Amino acid sequence: MNDTGTHSLIRPALAPRAVAHTVSPGLWVLAWRRLRRDRLAMVSLAIVLAFIAMMILSGLGLIARDWTREVGVNYAPPTFVGPDATEAAPAPAATAPGPAAAAPPPVTGDWEAEVVDPIGDVIAELRGAPKPDSGNTATPPAAAAAPGQDDTGFVDPLADVMREIEAARRGAKSPPPPPGGTGAAAVDPLADVMRDIEAERGAAAAEHGSTRRATLPFGADKWGRDVIAKTIKGSETSIFVGIAAAFVATLIGTVLGAFAGYYGRWVDDALNWFYSIFSSIPYLLLILAVAAVLQHKGTMTIVLILGLTGWTGVFRLIRAEYLKHKGREYVQAADAIGASNARRMYRHIFPNVSHVVLVQLSILVVAFIKSEVILSFLGFGVPVDVVSWGSMLNEAQNELLLGKWWQLVAAGVSMALLVTAFSLFTDALRDALDPKLRGSEGS
Amino acid sequence: MAHDLPERDLAAAAAASDPLVQVRHLGVGFRLDRDTVFEAVKDVSFDIPRNATVALVGESGSGKSVTSLAILGLLPPENARIDPRSEIVYAGRDLTRLPRKALAQLRGADISMIFQEPMTSLNPVFTVGFQIEEVLKLHRDMTGRAARKRAIEVLAEVGIPEPERRIDYFPSQMSGGQQQRVMIAMAIACEPKLLIADEPTTALDVTIQKQILDLIAALQKKHAMSVLFITHDLAVVGEIADHVIVMRNGEIREAGSAAAVFGAPRDAYTRALLQCRPSLDCRPERLPVIDDFLGREGPASVDIPERARGVAPDDAIVLSVRNLSKSFHSRQGLFGRREFQAVRNVSFDLRRGKTLGLVGESGSGKTTVGMTLMRLHEATSGQALFDGHDILALSPKAFLPYKRRIQIVFQNPYASLNPRFIVGQILTEPMDIHGIGASAQERADMAFELLAKVGLPEASFYKYPHEFSGGQRQRIAIARCLTLKPDILICDESVSALDVSVQAQVLNLLQDLQAEFDLSYIFISHDLAVVKYIADEVMVMSEGEIVEIASSDEIYRAPREAYTQRLLASIPRGWQATRRTKPAPDE
Repeated sequence: MNDTGTHSLIRPALAPRAVAHTVSPGLWVLAWRRLRRDRLAMVSLAIVLAFIAMMILSGLGLIARDWTREVGVNYAPPTFVGPDATEAAPAPAATAPGPAAAAPPPVTGDWEAEVVDPIGDVIAELRGAPKPDSGNTATPPAAAAAPGQDDTGFVDPLADVMREIEAARRGAKSPPPPPGGTGAAAVDPLADVMRDIEAERGAAAAEHGSTRRATLPFGADKWGRDVIAKTIKGSETSIFVGIAAAFVATLIGTVLGAFAGYYGRWVDDALNWFYSIFSSIPYLLLILAVAAVLQHKGTMTIVLILGLTGWTGVFRLIRAEYLKHKGREYVQAADAIGASNARRMYRHIFPNVSHVVLVQLSILVVAFIKSEVILSFLGFGVPVDVVSWGSMLNEAQNELLLGKWWQLVAAGVSMALLVTAFSLFTDALRDALDPKLRGSEGS
Repeated sequence: MAHDLPERDLAAAAAASDPLVQVRHLGVGFRLDRDTVFEAVKDVSFDIPRNATVALVGESGSGKSVTSLAILGLLPPENARIDPRSEIVYAGRDLTRLPRKALAQLRGADISMIFQEPMTSLNPVFTVGFQIEEVLKLHRDMTGRAARKRAIEVLAEVGIPEPERRIDYFPSQMSGGQQQRVMIAMAIACEPKLLIADEPTTALDVTIQKQILDLIAALQKKHAMSVLFITHDLAVVGEIADHVIVMRNGEIREAGSAAAVFGAPRDAYTRALLQCRPSLDCRPERLPVIDDFLGREGPASVDIPERARGVAPDDAIVLSVRNLSKSFHSRQGLFGRREFQAVRNVSFDLRRGKTLGLVGESGSGKTTVGMTLMRLHEATSGQALFDGHDILALSPKAFLPYKRRIQIVFQNPYASLNPRFIVGQILTEPMDIHGIGASAQERADMAFELLAKVGLPEASFYKYPHEFSGGQRQRIAIARCLTLKPDILICDESVSALDVSVQAQVLNLLQDLQAEFDLSYIFISHDLAVVKYIADEVMVMSEGEIVEIASSDEIYRAPREAYTQRLLASIPRGWQATRRTKPAPDE
């Protein structure tokens, strides 16, 4: 009573009589042919497959592996927009390598210019000097060295102290100390520490200066990470969560639904009771409860949460299908030839409802991608070190106030594209598989 | 309900001059695909005379229903294409060119329709009165009291008892026959000129069918309307029609007065249809099939030897059923349970190599007997002795070897084969389960053999059920049963859903197989003519009980019980029978 599959049944028979007999196309082949004629469905399918390919490549680390690298300046705008007008000034500085080569920039009152290093600000303020207009923090000493600065000193009660400190720093920075500064350098107890800090920052600035770019193909986020790479990485998370959770939910729903519908009686009662409880709890509460029980924040947690809460629709549908098919004559005929319950459930009925399962799976993928985005947007989703479309949108809501729209657009457009394509494909799939349209049976 | 012949002839003569509906060059195609069109009706022309009944006869796929839908303008607009040459002239207007709104005005008022399934044609959530009044509201501007009065009137006219009370019934509270009467009441409420009846009696029991046919004939006369009667059953046509049009594959094969078509059919196909159906009068060894007629000219040989049917007392008994009962429980209210006794105390013997016919109206429990013997339902009480064992008392596991030896062929060949299996899988699976045949190769070889035996080509092995016609599918279902080499084959309405010509082929096949394998059949059917033809013994059931068991010749010649007599009297006898039983006085 081994379950021989279709091919093992056919192949031995083919051997002696394999003249002109070909196996007729089955449901899937016919559905595929029908689907292939649907141009919209094929376009949608291409888009979906492109996204899935992207997900796999990114998952394997072949693309967007170093999405965390801060390759651009903070909030670098997209290339096609061009460098931001207000950030036009730092651009040359940013591209110029090294602090040493930087010419002392003209002193302006440009407070809007962003300074990367907050300590730079503090120091500049300590000096009582206007903030130097520089994207790179390693230049304040040069600015402070301008002799014309000193005339502000007379209103400053701490001017003397400051001068001493600066003199000490200048002395620490440039090995040949200027005359008169020697004494000050000798009395500074923190000089060594300062020197170390300065050296470190100088090195970091040198490294950044060489790679950080003012514009990126589709801009950069708050930390200067490439939005395209980030979106690819976010797609990986979102699509993976959507597909994996849909598989979990469909599996649970199908198995339980098959049992409930096929066996009926107390099995059905018990599973329906279970189903009713699940569907009577508000969705978000259930998600929070599962999240609390799992005690761990991660991508797999989201998959489990969505999978464990999302099976109810599939369950109801598959249960109804099994109820319907259980009474069909072909199942009775299977009973009459002595087929066991398991055989009737899986060999006979399941292939007849598998198209429903597939369509449900497809619908759930779309739904779960959206759920993941919503959860991550609300902060219940993926952990902070993982990026998803939802977390991108979450970041983007603050950025939008500053007029930095590119992250929002990148995540939003790619999500909309995938979800729309997937939904259209699901519709076409359902049409292609719908047995009622095939006319030959169903009555 | 007598049709006097002179009256018919007069009607025909009057009609010829000024027909009610003229159909000319009607062609209807259905778009299946972007570039394939299925021509359902090809260049069909006929007249529907005034005050006459025209029967449109044909097997499935002949285009008869499509023709009637075209007259009503009810073809699905998304894929139906009407040939531009087509004309359907009614009252000086071409219905094929009428705007939809004007057509809707005609429908229900001038032209109305009765469908095959009264259970699905009535809306279950409205009372029958409401549904009749709605028609009156739409077409006669009648409301309130007047509409209700008219509704009661038509219900009385179609023979619903106590119409004042029944008008507030819901369709589910009425029997199938009464529902069909309500459908007819709705159709005639506005006194249409043309009534189209699409297989109005096919879903009904034979006794109800008789009543409905009589009712339609009476109404036709009373209202002097025309009836377009669509059916596959020539015997029914013979009872009711003035004119007969025989269609096949979208073309008219023969058209003429009923007397001409039945008395002297010119077309070979018409002759085949008339002969393929088993009649009550004779039992040829083999039923003629359509190919016998279409293959050559002239009538098929009439000297087919008769087959003798009947049982001898010394025939071996293969299955002995004693006091079989089966009741179903349904929940009623919160805690209440209602018991329904489907089968009560049924006892019979089945003899080896013989056929036991099981006849009864719907609800008589005949199918339940078959299902219980297969243990697809568990019996409530009783015994079934097979091979010295009570197969009803065995555990499911112990029953499995016996299951093999009792097999069943279901009614609907479209539903009883798994649509996802190729025929090869369907045939090898039972052998696989029961361990017949040493290897997959051997099982496949046996499947090929059986395919040849039931008359299907080898290539069928690799095809899916939907690629076959109804008759071919029923052959596959029979072959599936034969894989297990059963002793008993239960045929549950196995030929009822098939066209007459295909029915004849399957009946011939069953008889051949019976002779070859010494099979015993339990042949369950509502079709008395078919049972008469194939059964040795006949058991008549009514409301779960046996009314009468006798050898088939005896029961049809001299039925003892009143119920059996009534059942037999309801069988439509066709044209010739009508003439014989009701000779016109001035012929």
